[in-house]
Amino acid sequence: MLVLSGLLVVVLGFAFRVNPLLVVTVAGLVTGLAGGLGFARTLGTLGHAFTDSRYVAIVWLVLPVIGLLERAGLKERAREMVLRMQSATAGRVLLAYLALRQVTAALGLVSLGGHPQMVRPLVAPMAEGAAERDTGGLDEETRHEIRAHAAAVDNIGVFFGEDVFIAIGSILLIKGVLEQVGIRVLPTQLAMWAIPTAIAAFVVHGARLLLLDRRLARRAGSVA
Amino acid sequence: MITVEFLYRLMGILTGTAAVINLRDMAHPSRYANAAFWGLWSVSFLFGSALPDLANGILILAMVAVASLRGVKASGGEQQTLAERSASAAKFGNTLFIPALAIPAVTLFANVTLGKITIGGVALVDPKQVTLVALGLATILSLLLGLVLLRPPLRAPFVEARRLLDSVGWAAMLPQLLAALGAVFAAAGVGTVVSTLAAGWIPDGAPLLSVAAYTVGMALLTMLMGNAFAAFPVMTLGIAVPLLVTQLHGDPTIIAAIGMLSGFCGTLMTPMAANFNLVPVALLELPDRYAVIRVQWPTALLLLATNTALMYFFAFPH
Repeated sequence: MLVLSGLLVVVLGFAFRVNPLLVVTVAGLVTGLAGGLGFARTLGTLGHAFTDSRYVAIVWLVLPVIGLLERAGLKERAREMVLRMQSATAGRVLLAYLALRQVTAALGLVSLGGHPQMVRPLVAPMAEGAAERDTGGLDEETRHEIRAHAAAVDNIGVFFGEDVFIAIGSILLIKGVLEQVGIRVLPTQLAMWAIPTAIAAFVVHGARLLLLDRRLARRAGSVA
Repeated sequence: MITVEFLYRLMGILTGTAAVINLRDMAHPSRYANAAFWGLWSVSFLFGSALPDLANGILILAMVAVASLRGVKASGGEQQTLAERSASAAKFGNTLFIPALAIPAVTLFANVTLGKITIGGVALVDPKQVTLVALGLATILSLLLGLVLLRPPLRAPFVEARRLLDSVGWAAMLPQLLAALGAVFAAAGVGTVVSTLAAGWIPDGAPLLSVAAYTVGMALLTMLMGNAFAAFPVMTLGIAVPLLVTQLHGDPTIIAAIGMLSGFCGTLMTPMAANFNLVPVALLELPDRYAVIRVQWPTALLLLATNTALMYFFAFPH
């Protein structure tokens, strides 16, 4: 029971908006101590696990090229491109990206996306640009809301697309876990049963994106 | 053989130069704190494999101390003005998209080809690390492409990388730290305790209640652990198999597939999934730390209800 105290630290820390790095470190230390490891061994375990997890940070290797392209005007170019598409609205730009992300992830192409390489330099400026043209200027709050939506679309697209592909990590994990207790399942069948939720995700979130357009239009109308 | 250690060297150089540029930036409001943070991380990337575990642990404590006491702050903003960038955008036009789109294109191509290349019988890339090496390779090639096409000053990639790292700040390191926390949880047996608790708490009988216990349980545990993969074995072996499969004769394929997707609904709602929910907040320079979660939770809850209904109606003989 005592080892659960780390989870309690996590819940309280995030609820009270303490710096997440501090929350996670304290949670790790508390869990190790509660598990009877002692301070030095707990810190060593955390250090070892941290070093083993460095691969998680590899995504930041894209920053030099993204920064270089931003310096050369990539965001401005993405904006300009969307301005020339008359029928593009913020919601529709995001809806198109949602479809693209879901379909490519379902084909196993999960690396075709991501926040540093796609959302920040391309998707967010395009959605902002479209909204700006349609509503004649954005206040900060609306701009931030559109950006948050751009980040969310990337997540929702990949989460509810990737399981339709049979060789993705989660499908293999499901198969492995069930095999431990002698239940055999087929990856193709697992992938097939990810399709209803994938469709639901597109319908539900797509509808919310179109509602976002209506809300933006109403907000612009009340200002004008 | 190319291993991920090579990519750690590159990350070490990237964070190391960010530290040096910060240190020399007199105008920066927190040059010493930023330099210390990126410098310490650089040490972890360059020498982490050789250092004893305890030293690596102390590196974490030092980074966390710098970040929570002094903060890692954004530097002065873009060096090019909006007018300069717009002029540059007009000059280069759609050429700008080429390096950006080369990142996913090369990653995909390298993913399917790298694993097959051998030199003198030795694999060029460690087969277990193909995905990571492919991504690393793609970033290097697209950077070279960008340098050739745009001809910026050679220091530009480093200066710009430092600007972006500073604006993301400490959030850049959070996903890695959370992965480490997951490992500590696993070592201390957190999952086992949770599954024992969950199994004792579930009422048996009503199918809808049992289905909801599994789907909602998957979402909740995912929110706590930050990761559906960590929650899945615990909830599936603790609740789904004994209750839904053995007792209620549900179809394990449907139950497990939808169970995992219920976990993904949890991922959308938790700050513990930092790389999905907190890192983009920093990348997009949003003032509210939970802005992305705020946008995602309605979709997540609707999909969780959908999953529960799908499982209830399709996984059981009615």
